[in-house]
Amino acid sequence: MADHTSRLATILREHESRILADWIGLLANATRSGTLDKAEIEENARAFVRLLSDAMRTDASGEIDGPAWVKVRELLGALSASRARAGSSPSATASFIFSLKLPLFSRLREDYRSDAEGLGRDVWIATSLLDKLGLFTTEVFQKSREDVIVRQQRELLELSTPVVALWEGILAVPLIGTLDSERTQVVMENLLQRIVDTGASLAIIDITGVPTVDTLVAQHLLKTVGAARLMGAECIVSGIRPQIAQTIVHLGVDLGNIATKATLADALVLALARIGATVTRTAPRA
Amino acid sequence: MLDGKPPTERIPILKMGEFLLVTIQVEMHDRLVMTLQDELTQQIVRHRARGVLIDISALEIVDSFIGRALGNIANMARVLDAETVVVGMRPAVAITLVELGLNLEGVRTALNAEKGMALIRRRLAGTEPGRLDARGS
Repeated sequence: MADHTSRLATILREHESRILADWIGLLANATRSGTLDKAEIEENARAFVRLLSDAMRTDASGEIDGPAWVKVRELLGALSASRARAGSSPSATASFIFSLKLPLFSRLREDYRSDAEGLGRDVWIATSLLDKLGLFTTEVFQKSREDVIVRQQRELLELSTPVVALWEGILAVPLIGTLDSERTQVVMENLLQRIVDTGASLAIIDITGVPTVDTLVAQHLLKTVGAARLMGAECIVSGIRPQIAQTIVHLGVDLGNIATKATLADALVLALARIGATVTRTAPRA
Repeated sequence: MLDGKPPTERIPILKMGEFLLVTIQVEMHDRLVMTLQDELTQQIVRHRARGVLIDISALEIVDSFIGRALGNIANMARVLDAETVVVGMRPAVAITLVELGLNLEGVRTALNAEKGMALIRRRLAGTEPGRLDARGS
């Protein structure tokens, strides 16, 4: 087995320029309509063939996880990431690797001539190796996509938890969406920081946009209220829809002695009374 | 009562009118807490203090031990007819405490020393409206 991989490396080295020329020709045909830069593809192909033959000579195990393959993996990682940014599909990137098979197999055929058994073995070794490398680019592509998704989730998390100053010393936190433990953390951090920044003594947590309140969500609410209290600010929970009120009671959720109001307007009135401010109408009701 | 301890092993207690101000700036351990409780109760009695402000703005970590110690101090002060307000808790500390399930029930809190003092003054003047609750409004 080891012998044959070594011979593959020798063939690759000896015929490097021809294999490369054939490959680049193939790639040029395949990407004629593409947006990728031709010179860049050539450069990538050249670097890949060089690193591939180096790696095959040092590590003939046929696995690509070894230290000898670090440079190949790095190259493919960079390639996959840059192509993903350029808008290439993962299959196009993998095809880039797979398309090396045709020129490589032609050279193998020339080299082995009538030795069908040797040819078959080397073709198999070469194909499994290139398949692994091709799949590796797909994995890297997927990984970079997942990173993008995670980052967007985080951004969404921050976007959806604003803390609004309603009045001097009164903050409002309109919650929209399900309150899971991660969002609770973000809400708490934002709210507490704003309490420090503004010196607010009251915070209204409006849950109009929270679809359901179960025991877990209630627990998260209680945590937020508790943390605000430790910072010296009282909380009012508002925006409790009739459905939610029923659910809370049916589930036996204990909201402790948190002040609750049906609407944000009611909560604001209570908060204003609490800080000793009154609102008066200066014009008759229309 | 402090024999054998270096002077840095003490938490200073400042008297400001009818208030006592305690600023905790070092890591608390049990001997320090014992000393503080000892000194504070004595000073409350000696100065007939009506309010105790405990400033923890310098603390980056408050664990269950300190949480319990603060609760104990507040209870001791209450027995001696003095209100305790814990002031200046950092957001990260507050989050850690609620995650630990320590809500410091029975301890009053304020954002900073100024607000804490105002809270005790209102309380002493009898104009403090008490905690917000759903039924009392």
